[in-house]
Amino acid sequence: MNLFENFRIALRAISANKLRSGLTILGIVIGVAAVVALMSVGQGATSGITASVEGMGTNLVTVSGGRSFQFPGAASTAILYSDYEAILATVGKQAEVTPYFSGMTSVRNGDRTANATVTGVLPNYTSINSYTLSSGRQLNEEDNLQKDRVVLLGSSTAEDLFAGLNPIGREIQINGKAFKVVGVLEAKGSSGLSFQDDLVLIPLQTAYEVVFGAQAKSHGKNVVNGIALSVMDADQVDLVMTNVEFTLRREHGLTLTEDLPFTVSSQNQMLESLTNISGTLTTLLGAIAGISLLVGGIGIMNITLVSVRDRTREIGLRKAVGAPKGVILLQFLTETLTLSILGGVIGVLLGWGIAWGVSKAGLITTNVSSQVVILSLGMSTVVGLIFGIYPAYQAASLRPIEALKYE
Amino acid sequence: MIETENISKTYRLGETKVRALRKVSLHIDDGEMVAIIGPSGSGKSTLLAILGCLDVPSKGIYRIDGQEVMRMNEGQLAAIRRKKIGFVFQQFNLLPRTSALENVMLPLYYCGISQRLRRTRAMEALERVGLTDRARSHPSQLSGGEQQRVAIARALVNEPAILLADEPTGNLDTHKGAEIVSIFQRLNQEAGQTVVYVTHDPFIARHTRRIISIQDGRIVRDEPVEHPLVAGTPRPDDILHEVSIDPVEDPEEAEA
Repeated sequence: MNLFENFRIALRAISANKLRSGLTILGIVIGVAAVVALMSVGQGATSGITASVEGMGTNLVTVSGGRSFQFPGAASTAILYSDYEAILATVGKQAEVTPYFSGMTSVRNGDRTANATVTGVLPNYTSINSYTLSSGRQLNEEDNLQKDRVVLLGSSTAEDLFAGLNPIGREIQINGKAFKVVGVLEAKGSSGLSFQDDLVLIPLQTAYEVVFGAQAKSHGKNVVNGIALSVMDADQVDLVMTNVEFTLRREHGLTLTEDLPFTVSSQNQMLESLTNISGTLTTLLGAIAGISLLVGGIGIMNITLVSVRDRTREIGLRKAVGAPKGVILLQFLTETLTLSILGGVIGVLLGWGIAWGVSKAGLITTNVSSQVVILSLGMSTVVGLIFGIYPAYQAASLRPIEALKYE
Repeated sequence: MIETENISKTYRLGETKVRALRKVSLHIDDGEMVAIIGPSGSGKSTLLAILGCLDVPSKGIYRIDGQEVMRMNEGQLAAIRRKKIGFVFQQFNLLPRTSALENVMLPLYYCGISQRLRRTRAMEALERVGLTDRARSHPSQLSGGEQQRVAIARALVNEPAILLADEPTGNLDTHKGAEIVSIFQRLNQEAGQTVVYVTHDPFIARHTRRIISIQDGRIVRDEPVEHPLVAGTPRPDDILHEVSIDPVEDPEEAEA
């Protein structure tokens, strides 16, 4: 009597009832496949989002407008260009600061149009947001001061407008005005969110004077959509945020108790909340899938109970020829464990296949982690063990004389 | 050697209490060949199940080779069944979808013996019942007589101290029944195997050297057979097909 032989006997018992065993396994297969597929979709989404957010730059602090600054009537809450100057004066030593103004307007090259907002920026915008140049040159101080009609394109936008041609030196129309393309940015990465490479960057002063005009003004002052700060020392992120908030209150004449109509947030906060949300979603998906695994386990118990009843005489005979209780227990446990592990392995392969299919279909880049595989295999094994113990115990506890009389 | 002292067995069947055995005392020596005979419901099968450690008595003492069975736990009982007892059933009780050889090997599986040795010993046991040529056949491919011979080989494979059989010829015709009885006789005479079987047929019982008659859970007669029949001889006219039921007065019931 050894484990291997026990396993052989279990395999024989399982294959003696192929249909029944198959249906039992099916419950586990579906449960495990659901766990693997859903969890890997969830984890894939999480890592996609994380990568996107991290791609925006490290130690990034952003100031964005509150509820209503886009509406000209409520312009008192708009972030002004002068706010940028004040912030720069306050924290300019600890952080790089860059303001931007973006708006919707037409961007075209002949009859090709691009799906992008046009953003007026200062030269340091690209470095603060971790963009690198692919070809051509960056925008510079000169462009800004002279309100030059030059433009820097994101990789996706360049592709949309020029379809593979080299855009450098060519002209595009922004709001009907001709701009010269001076540079193209490197793609930031293919993970999840592609909007990061849909960019049309022009000098901020050009945006104010040439493209947007009154649209970018509030009570005659230039406004910005947001201000991005790249803090040099990670430990100073909180300090910089406090100083920025303080400066904004001062500039807008707000006391410390009044609500700040702007949002000052760090990239870490954003990352944290995004990771939390997607982590919760992944857990939720896993839990739903876990329920189907539980149902599969109950199926195993059901079948094993029937199998014990069916084989009562066999158990009686085995006990009559001297099989100890523990060996009978082990035999039935081996049987249910074999079923559930077999179901688990098939389920992992199926779930893996589904995750692969989802990735291939381009829906979302899934991530089948070893933890998920181990978790679901472990779960199916535990399910087999838990739901196998009761029927196995029942079988082993039968008195031989009664089991033999069973019809 | 088997000894019982005043063993009783009572069990419940719904509301009623059934007294299957009442204070049975008997002694069977090594090398004996004994038939336990009685009408159906007399308690003879219950007695055999207790002798085979498939069941335990409600009261009394049962010793097998001097070991007291009543004091044993489940694991020890299993060990006794494994080492000392070979049991043959009326219904053969072979595992389906399993070859004759594997059926015979089954008891050795629980003894921690290597696969190779199990096979050798199972083949030897099959040889003793003359079935080596059917080792690979499955029970469904064997006749009733052959199935019972496989079952006997399975009971013998552990070299048990006692071979017990419950109505071993009950499901077989006269000819096949005689074959089985002749195997028991040969085992007893040639190898000194202790054989105890239960039957309701006085003719089958007459092939042993001692007949214990049971009725209403009590031993009513225990006598030697002067001239045991040789298996294969036709049934003499004066032997009934079934044991006659002459009611014995029950002193306990009379009291109540």
